[in-house]
Amino acid sequence: MDLSFSPEEEVFRQEVLDFIAEAKRELPPDLGPPEEARLSKDDYLAWHRLLYKKGWVAPGWPKELGGCAWSVTQKYIFATETAKAGMPTTLPFGLGMVGPVIFTFGNDAQKKKFLPRILSGDDWWCQGYSEPGAGSDLVSLRLRAVRDGDHYVVNGQKTWTTLAQYADWIFCLVRTDPDAKPQEGISFLLIDMKSPGITVKPIIILDGAREVNEVFFDDVRVPAENLVGEENKGWTYAKFLLAHERSALAGASRSRAALTELKVIARAEQLNGEPLIRDPDFSRKLAALEADLMALEFTELRILGKEAKGEKVDAESSILKVAGSEILQRVSDLAVEAVGYYALPDAAPLGGNDEIGPDHARGIAGRYFNLRKVSIYGGSNEIQRNIIAKAVLGL
Amino acid sequence: MDFSLSEEQTLLRNALSRYLADRYSYEAWRKLTATPEGRDPVHWRQFAEMGLLAAPLPEAVGGLGGGAVETMVVMEEFGRALVVEPFVPTVVIGGGLLTAAGGALAEEMLPKIAGGEAVMAFAFAEPQSRYNLADLTTVAKKQGSGFVLNGRKSVVLGAPWADHLIVTARTGGAQREEKGVSVFLLEKSAKGLSSRDYAAMDSSRASEIIFEGTPARLIGEEGAAHPALEAAVDRAIAAHLAEAIGTISVLMNATVDYAKTRKQFGQPIGKFQVLQHRMVDMYIAQQQAQSASLMANLQLDDPGRARNVSAAKAAMSKYARAVAESAVQIHGGIGMTDELNVGHYFKRLMLLETLYGSPDHHLRRMANLDAEPQ
Repeated sequence: MDLSFSPEEEVFRQEVLDFIAEAKRELPPDLGPPEEARLSKDDYLAWHRLLYKKGWVAPGWPKELGGCAWSVTQKYIFATETAKAGMPTTLPFGLGMVGPVIFTFGNDAQKKKFLPRILSGDDWWCQGYSEPGAGSDLVSLRLRAVRDGDHYVVNGQKTWTTLAQYADWIFCLVRTDPDAKPQEGISFLLIDMKSPGITVKPIIILDGAREVNEVFFDDVRVPAENLVGEENKGWTYAKFLLAHERSALAGASRSRAALTELKVIARAEQLNGEPLIRDPDFSRKLAALEADLMALEFTELRILGKEAKGEKVDAESSILKVAGSEILQRVSDLAVEAVGYYALPDAAPLGGNDEIGPDHARGIAGRYFNLRKVSIYGGSNEIQRNIIAKAVLGL
Repeated sequence: MDFSLSEEQTLLRNALSRYLADRYSYEAWRKLTATPEGRDPVHWRQFAEMGLLAAPLPEAVGGLGGGAVETMVVMEEFGRALVVEPFVPTVVIGGGLLTAAGGALAEEMLPKIAGGEAVMAFAFAEPQSRYNLADLTTVAKKQGSGFVLNGRKSVVLGAPWADHLIVTARTGGAQREEKGVSVFLLEKSAKGLSSRDYAAMDSSRASEIIFEGTPARLIGEEGAAHPALEAAVDRAIAAHLAEAIGTISVLMNATVDYAKTRKQFGQPIGKFQVLQHRMVDMYIAQQQAQSASLMANLQLDDPGRARNVSAAKAAMSKYARAVAESAVQIHGGIGMTDELNVGHYFKRLMLLETLYGSPDHHLRRMANLDAEPQ
């Protein structure tokens, strides 16, 4: 057991810190994770493009495809330092989801067509998985794709599609064989969002943000060359991606950034003329929360260590998802408590409260409501517990 | 021991419940909270006609001589329908403080409250005060026969709708001293009053208010209002506890209904034991919440009032949060949407958790009362 970093890794850390300092001068202010839901497309892409220019946009991709091929430790150093510095994160849909599916299961033409534009940020991807009738029970999905010559004709609906309003492309799980067993009739299809017959309808969520959408498909013609891998083998690729998604959803670094911000708030807020952070009731809750977070950070490290040794990591991502999402929600909860009455002007569906109360109180209640999603999306925490029960405990 | 309502109380509840079902559906609420004003005063006039605004006030001033049970009945129905009308600041706070103070101002204002002619907001919180009612930097100075106010109040709920404000201010003593706290009534249109209006989390309206030499009339005794203020706020908390019962019941029913109809894995999700247990926990929380509300409301005139109310408030926050968070979780994505009612009931309960003090504040108040010499 050894927790220290090698001299090379320390050199790498310094390189990351230098890059962050430079990026901070170039990026618009307030791009950090807490405000993500309110960012414009350009805001999202500003960080992505800086990373791309540096050659750091795809830490986990193979070198020959334009990735960094960083070691697990390097990825960890990068994620930790950027979170500590309050930097934004890149969106996972292209880089973390469809990209790896394409370079793992796609053909050469698809790799050539799609991967460079994912890296550069020229194509914005969204994820077409959930449907109104297929949430936790994803495999019951019904978006129908029927082969018609060189095309598939797609009809049906996806929902909870994050930031589809910005997307150039959507990767979809479609049903190509309705007569087969549910898992065996699904295909993985890449669809141009500009195709005739696609309608995107916003869903406003509890913090007033348009973060998700419904996407409707009405006789949408998709070239058959946009099928990834084999027809009716899509569930295999979907599962590959889901395991990938889970571990990224509620990373400790996100809670760490939020907790750092919460401590700043707790120093600024007052209780009977003293900083709130001196209140034993509040500070004990803060400490208890951080204790859980510190354990989570080491749970993450242990899983990274396993990965670094080339061992298979699967059900562990469910542990991270459950523990990480619950901690993230608790941080947002304690932040609401910290700002007291100035939580109340926030998260009003009508908006327009941008100047009410201290700066640090803005968006706090909205974030609390927004983050109710993290125990629901990417496979609800109930589903994650089922996975652990079955795959780890053998129940 | 009898927890049932009297005939009159049952009639009051049924009349209000019918009215709200007809005129204050969730769809109607969405529409009216989205208007620039955020409410429709027609409901206030109707409530006055139904006798709701007079129900808990003394008969001598045009009230119906009811008490905590009448307020509880009204608030529970309001909670079910997310009613935004300022019943608590006007009738419970304004009516309560004026009744306790008596005198000419009370005789002038109480009939107006009972008749629906006065709408009030309660301006007590300040940027630094958190939940301490005595932490005041707003000051009142004698001028002629009245007073003038200088200072600032935060998050004054319902202020954009009010024609009168009840304001706490210091007439003496140090910043957090109980001695020196006074309560005033002033007209919203008074000179030297400026406000910035906005929508709150629950789609109701609120204001930041600044007083610069604003004339005001004293309610009760100068510099000795803290006990009456605490009593009025305890009654307001008790009223909101009853409201929360109505709000929780809607979330509870919506969740159980959804779990019976939403199918995943070929069966209603309510068939999964993990969700059954979660809903059973919601139900137990609902029952405990109901008990906490009754415990506080039925003993408002007892010497143990403050401790009872704080206990119930702290416990209620825990139960309400458990029900609301589970309601969203069990609804899944659809529970996250602005369109469904669940989120708005959740938001109202979150607002009530903070209003008049967080759970920590009330647990500390209990502990401080326990530590006082016997």
